[in-house]
Amino acid sequence: MMGMTLAQKIIARAAGRDNVTPGEVVTARVDLAMIHDSGGPRRVEPILKELGAGLFDKDKVVLISDHFVPGETDEGARILALTRQWAKERGVAFHDGEGICHVVLPEKGHLKPGMFVVGGDSHSPTGGAFGAYMFGIGATEMAGVLATGEIWIKVPETILIEWQGRLGPGVTAKDMMLAACARLGMDGGQYQAIEYAGEAVRALSMQERMTLSNMAAELGAQAGLIAPDETTAAWLADMGGNAGDWRRLFTDADAPLMAHHVFDATALQPQAAAPHSPANSAPVDEAGNVAVDVAYIGACTGAKLEDLKAAAAILKGRKAAAGVELLVAPASKADQDRAQDEGIMAILEEAGARILPNACGICAGYGTHRLGENVTCISSTARNFKGRMGAASSKVWLASPYTVAASAGAGRITDPRAMLGEASA
Amino acid sequence: MTGRIFLFGDDIDTDQLAPGQYMRGGIADLAAHCLEGVRPDFAAAVKPGDVVVAGRNFGMGSSREQAAEALRHLGVAGVVARSFAGIFYRNAINLGLPVLTAADLPGVTDGEACQLDVDAGVLHLPDQEQTVRLDPLPDNLKALLADGGLVPHLKKRFAAEEEDRRS
Ligand code: SF4
Repeated sequence: MMGMTLAQKIIARAAGRDNVTPGEVVTARVDLAMIHDSGGPRRVEPILKELGAGLFDKDKVVLISDHFVPGETDEGARILALTRQWAKERGVAFHDGEGICHVVLPEKGHLKPGMFVVGGDSHSPTGGAFGAYMFGIGATEMAGVLATGEIWIKVPETILIEWQGRLGPGVTAKDMMLAACARLGMDGGQYQAIEYAGEAVRALSMQERMTLSNMAAELGAQAGLIAPDETTAAWLADMGGNAGDWRRLFTDADAPLMAHHVFDATALQPQAAAPHSPANSAPVDEAGNVAVDVAYIGACTGAKLEDLKAAAAILKGRKAAAGVELLVAPASKADQDRAQDEGIMAILEEAGARILPNACGICAGYGTHRLGENVTCISSTARNFKGRMGAASSKVWLASPYTVAASAGAGRITDPRAMLGEASA
Repeated sequence: MTGRIFLFGDDIDTDQLAPGQYMRGGIADLAAHCLEGVRPDFAAAVKPGDVVVAGRNFGMGSSREQAAEALRHLGVAGVVARSFAGIFYRNAINLGLPVLTAADLPGVTDGEACQLDVDAGVLHLPDQEQTVRLDPLPDNLKALLADGGLVPHLKKRFAAEEEDRRS
């Protein structure tokens, strides 16, 4: 019998089977369902009503408010009120205003290696960083899951993305993903499972790994897995959790792979993706002379504690250039608190940053800081589709928090490594 | 039911199926513009029972459910393609639109008569006296499609469970 991929192992277990084969359709039981204020209660409740159904298991449902937080518009406030009411009535775990769902979920100990999880958001592959098979579904399917605890799934093929060597200073997981988007395209993974491996991936911290898994969505994959290891187990223990029986969660040497892409981490340079696609990525030096109006450090993929630290490493003793609005929306309250304790927030504020709520904010196109007409923004978020963050005429470049910070300091898109050298000297 | 074949190529995307500029209206308005970019007369010409046959990666693009809903609204009996984009495939099954794959579709011509038998997993082509074998759907998906999609399927299931409790 042929070996199995990590994805196959998790799905087989969830489907109550000894093994499953790519392409086969099985019905699996979910270990956890995550919903947020935008796609959650307001969309699933009418369907649950129509079905006359309750929740399959309220202890396996987590609700997180992040898209409309802090409720600046009437509509946002109304949606938040409805979300809060639903949480109370249904008795589910609810994290309200504590940060962006993909960051809060693991931070609060809800995720464990080997889990089979659905999320009502397209960046749900983030959970793959913890060795969980997590993927995004729409509201109708979510209602079905909430009512039954089950979902059908076509067992995916696996694409292995292997990063050999080590990243240089000032080069991050975000740069790895932008380079992968450039090489493989936005549908580089046609709803398969991507698995990240190799020396550079093993060397990454959990928060950096989350960035890889998160942006599996940009490659068109269903999931973005990383086999759990000592780093995973240690992080979960730190969060008061337990990694469980993670040692059997890996892709067997003789498992079927659909493709195997090898990347060289040592040669990787900081990347910037030109408007309006992450696939428009190239080394920052090739961006040309691009002046920026707004520098945004935010989103599930770009404003975790380590992202804030990276920005601070550049901005320490510097100020945002005249005319550049530097916006920082820490991805979670816990990360902001830790950044506060470590003096990171003070550095960012001294550099002129305006600190925004722990929410999706302009990444989802909400809030008072939506980009105006013809504004050029450099952003640590995951996607730069036309009009996503504000006016259709705005132009968004994507880059790592280092590069966003350096560009804020210089007033134009800039390779962060020179500044990093100066700052550490 | 006998219908006709509407033949398309590779990479038909969700923006062609559900054009962004008509997304604000209802499904009837949207469906009236379905595939107009590749075939302007499609929505007007297609009739219940007709079958869309396409190449690779049908339904690529965004996750909008309306892409599948528009075809279903027009009464399309199903889509047969070499391959489907993953999210479109999920949406189609859950909305009750049969989607079947076939590695090879030799000699299928645009406009010819056809009957799609989802349960048996075949496409009959009476004019050619031919029957094309499609990749069979698993029973759980057939059951979903037979009930008209996820929501009606679950309704039926819950009603049956309720019945069991009472009896
Ligand atoms: S921060 Fe952006 S990418 Fe992340 S969940 Fe919110 S809207 Fe989506």
